[in-house]
Amino acid sequence: MSSQVWINLAYLTSSMLFIVAFKQMSGPRTAVRGNLLGAVGMAIAIVAACFEQPVTTSIAAHGFWPLLLLVLFAGVGGGIGATMARRWPMTGMPQMVALLNGFGGAASMLVAAAELTSTRAVARFEEGTRQAVAVASLEPWTQFAIAIGLACFIGSVTLTGSLVAFGKLHELPQFKKPWDNPNRKWVSLALALAALFLMWGVFSTSQLLFFLLLVLVAAALGVTLTLPIGGADMPVVICLLNSYSGLAAAAAGFVIDNSVLVIAGSLVGASGLILTAIMCQAMNRSLIGVLFGGLGTTATIDADEVYAGKIKSADTEELAMVLEQADRVVIVPGYGLAVAQAQHAVRELADVLEERGTSIAYAIHPVAGRMPGHMNVLLAEADIPYEQLCEMDDINPTFPETDVAIVIGANDVVNPAARNDPDSPIAGMPILDVDKAQTVVVIKRSLSPGFAGIPNPLFAADNTLMYFADGKKALIDLTAAIARD
Amino acid sequence: MIIVLLANVLPLLATSPTLGEDPASRFIRLLTVFLLAMWVGFEVITKVPQRLHTPLTSGSNAISGVTVVGALVVAGSLTTGFGTLFGLLAVLLAMINVAGGFVVTHRMLEMFNPKKK
Repeated sequence: MSSQVWINLAYLTSSMLFIVAFKQMSGPRTAVRGNLLGAVGMAIAIVAACFEQPVTTSIAAHGFWPLLLLVLFAGVGGGIGATMARRWPMTGMPQMVALLNGFGGAASMLVAAAELTSTRAVARFEEGTRQAVAVASLEPWTQFAIAIGLACFIGSVTLTGSLVAFGKLHELPQFKKPWDNPNRKWVSLALALAALFLMWGVFSTSQLLFFLLLVLVAAALGVTLTLPIGGADMPVVICLLNSYSGLAAAAAGFVIDNSVLVIAGSLVGASGLILTAIMCQAMNRSLIGVLFGGLGTTATIDADEVYAGKIKSADTEELAMVLEQADRVVIVPGYGLAVAQAQHAVRELADVLEERGTSIAYAIHPVAGRMPGHMNVLLAEADIPYEQLCEMDDINPTFPETDVAIVIGANDVVNPAARNDPDSPIAGMPILDVDKAQTVVVIKRSLSPGFAGIPNPLFAADNTLMYFADGKKALIDLTAAIARD
Repeated sequence: MIIVLLANVLPLLATSPTLGEDPASRFIRLLTVFLLAMWVGFEVITKVPQRLHTPLTSGSNAISGVTVVGALVVAGSLTTGFGTLFGLLAVLLAMINVAGGFVVTHRMLEMFNPKKK
C-alpha cells in the first residue's frame, strides 16, 4: 500500500474519534473520556499530516530541518495553549474560549493564504505535473478558488469578531460601552457588500490583491458586527463564533482537499449553530435581532411606579431566620455571581443549610452568564454536585413547593414581566418562575436594572425580600449568622 | 441507529480514492461529506445537556483547531517564503487553539466529577 493510503486511514480514525468524542459529551462521566479521545484523534491527524507528500518531498530535498521547524512551531504553540489553559481562572472562561476561537479562525485564514501563494508560485515556475495541477486549481470558479475565498472571509471575521468579544468579556476599558451609533447597520451592510464583491474577485481570478483586500474588509466586518452587542447577548456571539471557526476549518479542508478538516470543521459548525439556536430560543429573540437589533428599550416602564413603597428589605438576622425554617431552598445564580466570584461562598451557605437538613437545588437559566453553561462550570468549580444543577424546564414546576428561592446576581431571567406583561421588551422570554416560591430573597447591590434596562416587578412582590449587599459578602454574612444559631 | 450508520459511512466516503477523479466530482464528494457530517453533528449535539454546554463549546473549539493539519502540510512543503511564513504562523495559532481547548475542557470536566480524584 502506498503511504497515502495509511495517511487516509489515519485521517479516517481521527474523524471517527471526533464523532465519538462529541457523542460522549452527553454525560459528565463519559465526557472526560470523550475529550481525551478527541485529543487522541487530533494527535493522530497531526502525525499523519507530517507524512503527507508535500512534507516528505521537502524533507527529501532539504534534509530534516523542515520537520524541525514544524515541530518547533507546533511545540511552542501547544506549550502556550496548555499553559494558558491551566492558569486561566474559571470565572474568565468565556473570554478564553473567545480568544482560542479567534486563533482557530486566523489559522484557517492563514492556511488559505499560504496555499494561495504557494499554488501561484508553483503555477509560475515549476515544470511538470505539479505545475499542471496548480494551473488547473487557479482556474476561475473551481473548488480551490471558492474555498480560498470562503476560508479567508470566515476566518478573518472569526478572528476580529473573537478579539472584540474577548475585549468585551475581559472588560477592557475600550470596549466598556456597546457601539450604539445609529448608522452601524449601514456600515456593516456596506462592508458585507464590499466583502461579497471581493469574494467574487477571489472566486473568479484567485488574485492575491483581492485576497488581501478581502482579509481587511472581513476583519473590519468582524469588528462592526460584534461591537454593538451587549453583555447579556454574549452567549449567542460565543456560539456563533464557535460555529464560524468550525466552518472556516471546513473551508480550509476544501482548499487542501482534506477530509478530516471537512468532517471536524462541519461537526463544530453544526455544534455552534445548535447552541446559537438554543441561546436565541432561551431569550425569545431571533438571531437577526441579536446581531442587529439591540433590545427595544423604547417602551420604558417607570421604575418608581413599579417599586415605590413596595420594596421590603431585610437584614442578615431576619434572612438567616427565614432560611433556617426552610425545608427546600433553590438558589438562582446569574452573571453577578461570576462578577462577585461568589461560587465558593454559595457552596458554604448551601453546606450549613444542608447540615440542618434543608434540601438544596440550583436553578440555571440557559443564558445565565456570558457563555452557554457558564454558571454550571462556576458552581462545579466550587464542588457543587452535578445532580443539584437543574435546568430550567426541570426546576420550574417545583417552585410552588419551594420555601425560599435565593436570587444572586440574576435579574432579567427571573423577571415575571416576561410572562405577565405582553408589552414588556422581554415578553415571551422563558424565565425561572422564582416568584412562585413561598419567599424570594434577592441579593443585589441596588435596584439598578439588568441588561434589558427594565424594572423587575419581582423586587416589589409581596413575597420578596431584598438584601442590598455585594453578593459574596452577603453570602458569607448569612452563612456565619446561620452557623451561629 | 442512523447516527451509527452515518458515522461509519462518512469517513469511508471521505477517504475514497481521489486518483483520476475529475475536479467537479471531487468537489461534490467533499460537499457530500460536509453535509452528512453537519447532520451527524446536529444529531449528536442536540443530546448534550445544558449543564455541559461550556465544556462542549471549549471541546468543539479545540476540535476546530484541526486546521493545524492543513497548516502543517502547507508550511512543511516550503514552496515559497511567504507561504512557509503564513503556514508556520498558522501552525502556531492552531496549536494554541488545540492544546488550550483540550486542556481547559479536561480541567472543567474534572470539576464536574470531583469524586474521581
